[in-house]
This record gives sequence, structure tokens and C-alpha cells, in this order.
Amino acid sequence: MRIPWLVAGAVITALSSAAPAQDNTQKEIERYRQLLQEGNPADLYEARGEEIWKQKRGPKNASLEQCDLGLGPGVVKGAFAQLPRYFADTDRVQDTESRLVTCMVTLQGFKPEEAMKDPFAVPGRHSDMEALTSYIAAESKGMKLEVPIRHPKEVEAFQIGEQLFYRRAGPNDFGCVSCHSESGKRIRLQDLPRLTEPKEAQKIFTTWPAYRVSQGTVRTMQHRLYDCYWQMRHPQLDFTSETAIALMVFMAKYANGGSVEAPALKR
Amino acid sequence: MADPMRIRANMTGDKVEVKALMAHEMETGQRKDAKGNVIPAHFIQNVTVTHNGKTVLSAQWGPSISKNPFLHFRFKGGKAGEKVTITWTDNKGEKRTDEATIAGG
Repeated sequence: MRIPWLVAGAVITALSSAAPAQDNTQKEIERYRQLLQEGNPADLYEARGEEIWKQKRGPKNASLEQCDLGLGPGVVKGAFAQLPRYFADTDRVQDTESRLVTCMVTLQGFKPEEAMKDPFAVPGRHSDMEALTSYIAAESKGMKLEVPIRHPKEVEAFQIGEQLFYRRAGPNDFGCVSCHSESGKRIRLQDLPRLTEPKEAQKIFTTWPAYRVSQGTVRTMQHRLYDCYWQMRHPQLDFTSETAIALMVFMAKYANGGSVEAPALKR
Repeated sequence: MADPMRIRANMTGDKVEVKALMAHEMETGQRKDAKGNVIPAHFIQNVTVTHNGKTVLSAQWGPSISKNPFLHFRFKGGKAGEKVTITWTDNKGEKRTDEATIAGG
């Protein structure tokens, strides 16, 4: 009979020496992930994001189609690959979501608290921010990440991010550095990228936002940082805060040159 | 109607290859919320794919199908330019129909 032989073969492969088996496992996981890419539910979020972008909403009954994401009002293509960056109209460094909040306030007439409310999806409630960020990121797919760190405020954001990255604090004495400063490390079965090594940063930073299967929704870099802060048991990281954006600018310095693969698919 | 599906249909050799991504919570009815109440079951029960009025795929799904299901299959007898229609109905009686045009070979 065929089946017992196949089972025997699989068992023998599994029992062979640890290192090659791990590499094979890694390869198979990679192959599985490649196959899954086609059915990435992030596609659904992109479609919804594009709809929301074009929808007339808010007290001013206007759409977001004139929103300036850094390349001029309404230019979405390529904008994500250059965020975060300094914006003269708000005199601050802003990322995608922060800029969306600005546009919801100035173009659509929402109050800042309304625009920033419930940015992350929970069971039973979708997030417009996640859909919009998916759409905006998709419009930069395949492009080179070129986050500018030239304007004095962009440089300052980088320096703040650098301080934050290396600073250990909280009840666990954790900093970003605790998990993300060595290659080849992992937490349980999740590989941890060394974020200050361009070879790794370029491949990982550019995969956010992503549909996280464990979350059942698209999660953005804002959420990833919020989650990291929760995992470290640091105080809550506020949505679109200066802290979050500073960390993004810091990471972008090492990730620049990578190809935007967002929205991707993750566990 | 519920949220739209994303459907891609291409000719591969003499078969039509269809990839459909459906937006659905696919709640099993086994989970409980933070208060301890059961989250009611809400999942797709039937999927029907038609081409030129003929059913080419019919599926009966249950709670074991994941959230935002991705369906990938091939069938014979279609040509580029023709339409493939997919309809799903769920246990609450909600339904969604979308169609796609078969892309060139």
C-alpha cells in the first residue's frame, strides 16, 4: 500500500538532523506563504479603502480625494513609499494615518477626536483607517522605500526614535532593543528581525500594513507599535503620537531602499 | 447585499482558473465574547458558481472554513470573454453575488 510508505518517508525526514530539517521547515513555510499570497484578504481592505477615499463624508460632505499625502493634493500613487515625512501645513512629521486624520479634519470637517476614534478593528467593528491605509500602501506596491530624513524635524524625529529604540523601561526592563537587536532570534515561532540591519529591515518594515491572520484584519505599523508597547508592558502608545512616528522614522532609515510589499499577509 | 468579493478568472490551458476572495466573518458559534456570551454563528453555507447558466461548482460549507475564505478552482468549457458568476448564502439568510469576466489565454 502506498500510504504507509509516505507516512514512513515523512517520519524519516522529520527525524533527520535538526539543522537541515529546520531549514527545510523554513523553506516549506516560505513556500506555503507564497501560495497564500494570492488569497490575501488585504485585497478586500484595499477595495474598501478606495471606496472610503472617494466617499463624500463628514460635516463638509467632501471626499478625501484632495488629501495631500506628501506628493501633492490627491496624489496617492507612490506617496506611501515616502511616509513618514515633514508637512509644512501642520509643521510636523506625519505618517499615513496621521495625515489621514489631518485630511479628515481639514477636508471633511470632522473633529480630531472623531477622526482618531476607534482606529483599530475589534470583533464586530471594522476600521476605516485600516482599509484606507491598505489602499494607500497598495498604490506604492513594488516601489522603493525612500523616507526622507533631511528636514530638521525629520532628523529630530529620527533622533527621538533612536533614543526610544535603545531605552529599556517598564516592569520588564524591555526596550525595542531587547527583541530587535540580534539576528536569528525568535519569540516562540515568530522570527524577530534585527531592525538596525538594513538587509533585514528592508525586507520586514516594507511588509506593513499586513493582514494578520491571528487578528482577522489588516494591521498597520501604528498598530504594530501599539502591540509592541503592550507586549513590553509599557504604557499605551497613542495612535499617531509623536512617539510612534519617531520610531517609524528611526526604522525607516535602515529600511530605506527596500521594496514596498504592503499590504502583505502575516500570522 | 453583503460586502463584495474579489474574483479573478483566467484561461490556463483549456481550463478556466477561478480565484475568489469572499468577505465574511465565518463566525463558528463556538467563541465567547469578553462578557462570556456566545458569539452567534454566522457563516457561509452554500456557494454556487455558474457559467453560461450551468452550475460548475457547488459547495456546502460549515464553521470550519476560515474567515474571509479564498476559493481557488478550475473548470472546463469556458472561454475568454465569458462570465463566471459566484453566489454565496449564509446561515442568517444573507447573500452575495458577484461576477467576473474570464481573461485571455
